[in-house]
Amino acid sequence: MAAVEMRPPRLSVGPIAWLRKNLFSTWYNVVLTFVGITLLYALLRPAIQWSLTEARWGVIAANLTLFMIGQYPREELWRVWLTIFMLGALIGLSWGVWKDAARGFAFIALGAGFAFAVIGLLLNSDVWMNWLLADAILLALYAVGWSLRARGGSITAVGWLLYFPLIFLLIAGTRFIPWLPAVQTSLWGGLLLTLMLTIVGNIGSLPLGILLALGRRSKLPIIKYFSIGYIELIRGVPLVTILFMADLLLPLFLPADMARPDRVLRAMVGLILFEAAYQAENVRGGLQSINRGQYEAAQALGLSGTLTMTLIVLPQALRAVIPALFNSFVSLFKDTSLVAIIGLFDILRIGRSVLAQSEWLGTHREVFLFAFIIYWGFNLAFTYGSRRMEEALGVGKR
Amino acid sequence: MQITAFWRNVRFLQALGQVAFVLIIALAAGFLYANVSTNLTRQGLTVGYDFLNNPASFDIGEANIPYQASDSYGRAILVGLVNTLVVSILGIIFTTIVGVIAGIARLSSNWLISRFAIAYVGVIRNTPLIIQLMFWYFGIILQLPAVKEAVALPGPIYLTRRGVYMPWFEAQPTFDSWRIYIWVALASIVLIWLIFRWNYNRSSLPIPLWWNLAYLLAPVLILWIGMILQPQPPLLENIPVLTGLNFKGGLRLTPEFAALLFGLVVYTGAFIAEIVRAGIQAISRGQLEAARSLGLSTAQALRLIVFPQALRVIIPPMTSQYLNLAKNSSLAIAIGYPDLFSIAGTVANQTGAVVEVILIMMLSYLSMSLFTSLLMNIYNSRVRLVER
Repeated sequence: MAAVEMRPPRLSVGPIAWLRKNLFSTWYNVVLTFVGITLLYALLRPAIQWSLTEARWGVIAANLTLFMIGQYPREELWRVWLTIFMLGALIGLSWGVWKDAARGFAFIALGAGFAFAVIGLLLNSDVWMNWLLADAILLALYAVGWSLRARGGSITAVGWLLYFPLIFLLIAGTRFIPWLPAVQTSLWGGLLLTLMLTIVGNIGSLPLGILLALGRRSKLPIIKYFSIGYIELIRGVPLVTILFMADLLLPLFLPADMARPDRVLRAMVGLILFEAAYQAENVRGGLQSINRGQYEAAQALGLSGTLTMTLIVLPQALRAVIPALFNSFVSLFKDTSLVAIIGLFDILRIGRSVLAQSEWLGTHREVFLFAFIIYWGFNLAFTYGSRRMEEALGVGKR
Repeated sequence: MQITAFWRNVRFLQALGQVAFVLIIALAAGFLYANVSTNLTRQGLTVGYDFLNNPASFDIGEANIPYQASDSYGRAILVGLVNTLVVSILGIIFTTIVGVIAGIARLSSNWLISRFAIAYVGVIRNTPLIIQLMFWYFGIILQLPAVKEAVALPGPIYLTRRGVYMPWFEAQPTFDSWRIYIWVALASIVLIWLIFRWNYNRSSLPIPLWWNLAYLLAPVLILWIGMILQPQPPLLENIPVLTGLNFKGGLRLTPEFAALLFGLVVYTGAFIAEIVRAGIQAISRGQLEAARSLGLSTAQALRLIVFPQALRVIIPPMTSQYLNLAKNSSLAIAIGYPDLFSIAGTVANQTGAVVEVILIMMLSYLSMSLFTSLLMNIYNSRVRLVER
């Protein structure tokens, strides 16, 4: 019997097979691939050509400090560095103590510190030493945390709790401490202002958000409908109108003989009132995920309603909404860019004032792309860190 | 029988709590009200809506309803509201198309196409809309060539720094007498829908698919009859032509409107893409496989089994994206499109009637939101799973 000659099977591994499977599997995929390649070429070629030849990136290099901290007094710059060093220390400590949970953020912080140091070197500025110092502090505290292990847990937690009020005090200063003079908030600007608004907006809105979420689930009709009304009202109007309201109406609401709060403070109040409605919905989601059995078990153990809430239900609910809270951090970080409309000097507004400088006229693309990259990079890094933390803690999926 | 003392009675305590809450809120409101009125008197302002009748005496760049500077403040705010509505409605239509295409593209088996969609969604969702708007407006549209060297796209659509010019229809003198045919054509669609529903209620058999062609054929037939009776067409295509220094004819979109619409569509489309993707992925593969094994073709299985179920997952988050688009249109102020927020801001500035203007603004946005939610809730209850 003559041997039947069989053709060898088609390749199923290797680059050719990959191309066939992923790009040219059917006739319409072939068409789509060619359309895609044409589109990519049509978009990327002018973009790359522009960014390498025409673009005047000098506008960014020349105004980098302005973009980062705005008009913050240059002789008080050490305060900003101190907040960065403290952040590095806390991240290092958390990494050492909590291992996996903080590893994503630690990698991001180390990488960012190194990248900024390189940028500093390229721009011939001496900030590179500070960034490397921040990295060194992070690594040193990692070693400390590692040797403390579980005993360091409470120290680290207290550290984080103290950190946010502390940096606020540090950046704002106070007239009661001679070596820490008050810095007017009208001088805050750039990325510094954006981050301060994000942190204050998020942390400040959480207590109000929890109260509103509890109120919305309350059995008492008046409290319930008041909470629903507040949440739906705020969620039904744009953030700009709330900022506008905070900016114009807040001074009217205060007693006539009281000092008027400044612009940044008014914006913060607006952001907190706005974000509280969204935080309330996040927390409500967490509360709904708690099994009835938990309430009943707590009652059976003789806990009162308040104790059941604070000891049993809320801790579990808040743990369940960690991913949602991270998400709202990212989205508030984006939303703070709207304070430019009511006249605060965040990155965007700084960008517009840079564009008004006579030597940098017409560099709109460069400036807006830079702002774009800052927001994108920060959000990407933050999302990466928080996802690693969620995975390590095993929250958000059961 | 033991009677609980009234101060330990749960119902009494609950009532007391609520009364206390109301008292606190009332006190706070009274305190704030007193402050506002003292502050306003001190500034020499009075609260009232009379200012709405005063002449606005400022110009508005583009108005979708007739407006001139001598019109009242009330009219100016109305112009802003209409502008907001126009950009929101157009935006919702286009963003749905973009979002659905991008969401399906993300699930494409073609590696390049799905990477495209992932990059689009990832970049757009992680950056603020206001920066995107400013980039489109200052960085792209205002950097386009002047009218003489306009970028011509097929259509013909011309892109220039003075706006986008595209063909449009122009009403002819016969348009008025044509209205009757248009109304009858519209009425025929409703009538067919009613007949189909009546038939379904009577026999509870679904209508054959090709009967749906009636929706298309009836209006076309009616308009065709109109064409025979009145040979002059009601609308003529009007193509923009470069005459002298500017384009004549066609439809001109201002740079502000074009940038705002484009920015809103691109931004919201990225969020809708994620919703569509999640909705389709939420339907287990088993549904498709079961439908195929029952003898349905892939197209039938997608249309009859997968999409109706995916729609249930998609509609509620889609509603909130539509609301977000309408609310985000208030960022128009950053690029100078005269929407509700920017005109109301100008009015508040000129008249000092801050409280009243903010109230009008909030109520307008709130009623827009509530109306959209209402429509989407009605639609949602139609596609919702019917449970016992």
